[in-house]
Amino acid sequence: MSVLARAVTLAVAFLAVVGLAVFVVVHILLAEPPTVDFTAGHAAGQPVSMTIMADPVNDVSDHPDWVSYFVRSPQSGQWVHSTIWQLPAHTRINVTAYQFDTCDPLRNQFNGRVSGTVGNVMSVSGEAAGVNGKGISVVNSDTTCGVAHTFSVPELGINVPLAGETYTGKNECTQGPCAISTAHTTTTFSFITPGPGQYRWQCFIPCGLASVDGNGHAMSTIGFMTGYLDVVS
Amino acid sequence: MAAAQPAAAPAAGPAEPSHGLRILLIWLPLALAADLVIWFVWGPHLPPGDMSNTAANQQFDIKVLSVMAAPVMLAVLIFAGYAMVTWRTRDGDEEDGPPIEGNARVQVSWIVVTTVIVLSLFVFGFAELVTSNGAGAGAGPAPIWKPGGRPLVVQVIAQQWLFTYRYPQYGGFETTDLVLPVGQSVQFNVTSLDVIHSFWAYQLGVKADANPQVNNVAYTTAEHTGEVTVRCSELCGLWHGAMFDYGRVVSVAAFQSWARATETRVAKITRTLPAYALVYYPNEIKGLNKFYYEAGLPGAGGGFYGNQYYPNEP
Repeated sequence: MSVLARAVTLAVAFLAVVGLAVFVVVHILLAEPPTVDFTAGHAAGQPVSMTIMADPVNDVSDHPDWVSYFVRSPQSGQWVHSTIWQLPAHTRINVTAYQFDTCDPLRNQFNGRVSGTVGNVMSVSGEAAGVNGKGISVVNSDTTCGVAHTFSVPELGINVPLAGETYTGKNECTQGPCAISTAHTTTTFSFITPGPGQYRWQCFIPCGLASVDGNGHAMSTIGFMTGYLDVVS
Repeated sequence: MAAAQPAAAPAAGPAEPSHGLRILLIWLPLALAADLVIWFVWGPHLPPGDMSNTAANQQFDIKVLSVMAAPVMLAVLIFAGYAMVTWRTRDGDEEDGPPIEGNARVQVSWIVVTTVIVLSLFVFGFAELVTSNGAGAGAGPAPIWKPGGRPLVVQVIAQQWLFTYRYPQYGGFETTDLVLPVGQSVQFNVTSLDVIHSFWAYQLGVKADANPQVNNVAYTTAEHTGEVTVRCSELCGLWHGAMFDYGRVVSVAAFQSWARATETRVAKITRTLPAYALVYYPNEIKGLNKFYYEAGLPGAGGGFYGNQYYPNEP
């Protein structure tokens, strides 16, 4: 093989390795879902309304059997498969959370408390929850079908156990984002954003299907059951 | 026959200076100065500080090790520097160096000195483990050395990705706040609900592995009030880097006030917690109601998706 051929072979191999490394970094390691912006057009001092849903399935990713959160875009009104939400600082966020998944006991019953929300309570409506809009501060997931997932921001002390939907086999959500007409519970709560910063949030139910102790997969992938609040001034 | 002529005596050159003495005279003041600086200037600022007896012991240990290591390091560096200057090749010098031969005095001295240093450090390290009841490290479920009296028991429960703390002497309440009284012995019972974590209370000089279904005990006594940084020091998944919080060491009165107020405030959630135990088995919850049993759910996550998916052990 000539020197020129060797040099070309080496250059091609080098570029292939570099290209592969760049692809892995850009498309796998740095890949993130889109940021859903709740700050555009927000008037200072006014609360922000945010609607989210926790679905047992999703049809928008390579992992349709993973549970996943969705958020409704304030601009388009469409459900977006993202767990990165940009919020204004020092603002009351009124959250409506639709929950379509069935219940599961908490790994730590301590996460059955409601904390960090306005009044340290949440409200749950829907037949499955059976509590119809009353303020709730504690849910015992061992004795009631009270929790399917949690919305928790540990750094801010926020923990909201989302009520589970009692499985009846009728009108269940089989395609995510779930249609509001399918069986679900609705949880509402409010919290006040702190100063600017990034605050991770996660679910504390071990709902990562087919992973060790349920804490992998959806639980460990941003865009599914964990993400962060991007609080900006 | 001519008589044999005696061999000519080598020409007498300048007397060889005492290199050992020179090196000693350079090394001695530098080593002394380095040790004084380490002990009195740098030492009080060495990690992890002196907030607790275990932290202070660790700082003392690092000072002792540094004071012992500095003269050795200086000896090596000074000898190397001296050799490069004194025995360097000069212009026109193309002779071989003298053959290297053994020097029993140097070799014996080296062996004796290093042996004494290592053995004394062994004894010192052993004593340090005993005097501070494990030096702030996790000593397993049955520690050999325990502090006297009745320590405050704080259970550290690690989980992906959060530490929570239970206070069994105050009704077994659980909280995300780590609050400790100053001047009182504390017994940490460290465990995990899922994978392997590690409880690292930096300013307290406490670091104990948090393993599922294992109770790992560590002792400390906070000697100053202030803030404590708690981190997980065992890579435990996506949010390992975010698994930290801040604890507080407060006066005894402030602690008791906080503990009683918290016990009352969280009484509702405390009633739903499992009874206080040294370890927990969240995948085998006994209090599950009829609904879960009918659905085939043995506990948190465990078996929910079928055993083929869900190994109980991490």
